[in-house]
Amino acid sequence: MFKGRELGFRLGTGIVAFLVVVIVAAIGFELTRQSTLSLGKFGLSFWINDIWDPVSGEFGARPFIWGTLYSSVLALLLAGPIALGIAIFLSELCPAWARQPLTFLTELLAAIPSIVYGLWGIFVLVPIVRTIQVALPEPLRALPFFYGPPVGVGMMSAVLILAVMVIPFTSSVAREVLKAVPMSQREAAYALGATKWEAIRAALYYARTGIMGAVMLGFGRALGETMAVTMVIGNTPKISLSLLAPQYTMAAVLANEFSEAADDLYLHSLIEIGLLLFIITLLVNAGSRLLIWRMNRPATSRKRVSVAAPIGEAA
Amino acid sequence: MNWNALRRIRSTIVVWLCGLAVVLALVPLAMILFFVVTRGIFSLNLAFFTHMPAPVGEPGGGMANSIVGTLILISVGALFAVPVGVISGVYAAEFAGTRLATMVQFAADTLNGVPSIVIGVFIYGIAVLPVKQFSAFAGSLALGVMMIPIIIRTTEELVKLVPMSLREGALALGATRGRATLTVVLPAAAPGIITGIVLALARIAGETAPLLFTAFNNRYFSTSLSQPISSLTVQVFNYAISPYEDWHRQAWAGALVLVGLVLLCSILARFATRRLERLQTGQ
Repeated sequence: MFKGRELGFRLGTGIVAFLVVVIVAAIGFELTRQSTLSLGKFGLSFWINDIWDPVSGEFGARPFIWGTLYSSVLALLLAGPIALGIAIFLSELCPAWARQPLTFLTELLAAIPSIVYGLWGIFVLVPIVRTIQVALPEPLRALPFFYGPPVGVGMMSAVLILAVMVIPFTSSVAREVLKAVPMSQREAAYALGATKWEAIRAALYYARTGIMGAVMLGFGRALGETMAVTMVIGNTPKISLSLLAPQYTMAAVLANEFSEAADDLYLHSLIEIGLLLFIITLLVNAGSRLLIWRMNRPATSRKRVSVAAPIGEAA
Repeated sequence: MNWNALRRIRSTIVVWLCGLAVVLALVPLAMILFFVVTRGIFSLNLAFFTHMPAPVGEPGGGMANSIVGTLILISVGALFAVPVGVISGVYAAEFAGTRLATMVQFAADTLNGVPSIVIGVFIYGIAVLPVKQFSAFAGSLALGVMMIPIIIRTTEELVKLVPMSLREGALALGATRGRATLTVVLPAAAPGIITGIVLALARIAGETAPLLFTAFNNRYFSTSLSQPISSLTVQVFNYAISPYEDWHRQAWAGALVLVGLVLLCSILARFATRRLERLQTGQ
């Protein structure tokens, strides 16, 4: 009787908890089921075909994959060092009184809705970017990265806005990771006569896997970011190295074309793009968790044991 | 110049660069807040909250239907996300280390990382396509799915913070695990969990992507769960990409409401957690 009631509690909560696992599995299943038409018709060529023409029924996702990866990689190149700098400043250098407010402010960047970033992007950032593009010196324009007319809307605006949006995610994880570095690491460096930067570098080296994880987490965020990017990237399915060119991302094409997809093949092609986005973000996030977990393992496993062991025995 | 002076200079430069990184992040924040406030404040009046959208060319009007729509969407979403999230969080904390608990933690992290637009596609497949109808219900479902992982994480962390001695006290009095959790552990963690839920609601209220093809949009006032419904975020999006000045002004006002909501909740949550921390350390 007593045993039965204990089991009832575990079973009751367990069923609900299992539901969460089911939801994740259902997302993968449903996306696959709803994209069978395009999976069957195009197969692998879906990923390497450049042409996206709903009217003639030809669907190739490469321009979107390119746009998503290109914008995210560039955004991380920009945001990574800045986020790391913020993490270092807040965990190692900042005077104690300023730490809390500054942390709060940098994390506020993550709280602003994507649509507000987009609105600001359209009306404030894009005109600024256009001015910068117009002022680009001639020799730079010869490079493939700055080729094309300076319209403002395009890859450059998208990268800038993405960079701002991922900074808080990367910096807050990097800060946690740096916090987990034992004080003795820094003390040892100072004892050897290290300067502040050399001591920090010792801590950074110790935390390197976790920091990679933090950057990857930001990358995962950038890959899936939708509204703000949709509003400033120009939505043109064309592969280009140029930062000035309007391009397209996987999330943006879903946002723009999903509700107007008239025939089944069109819809299935779009859902297949969603499926790929799901798989990529899943892998990137899993990789980042693994890196962060490996970094934190000793500390968390100690904590887990002390909290969980008595309950486990009681049950 | 000798080697040591060079090292000291390099160290100083790096320290300054790190400070500069903070400034670089705060510039866009300040700019966004500045533009949202200065451009939104002029269109934000009582009519904004009580009137329906005005047709093109007519100045004024409001977003009453969108505000009500957003409230409906997040409340209905919370209706099923809160129980699922809290119970799963309790399981993950109370049975930490078991296989299912690890799976739940992993699933919550995964779900948290799934792009919101993909959640929208998923809900479209299960709740819109079968009935061939965009609906407020589908929108709520999408927002609910996005809330679940946040609530799980908050609940799990706060339940773990409840001192072991409280549980042991209840168990020693003969309570079952379930009863101990319900009457002792959860009440102790409740203030924090509620704070977390409020914060999750505020964040989710700012989501646009999962609503685009689930709740869709509605020009009219609707409270029906089976019909498309307007939301603040989708309405701001439509206004922002429109070519009309009046609509742009409305978009900025909508953005100001959204940012105000999130800011208010974040600040309140910060004070609440601070009080909690003080209580925790004070005992």
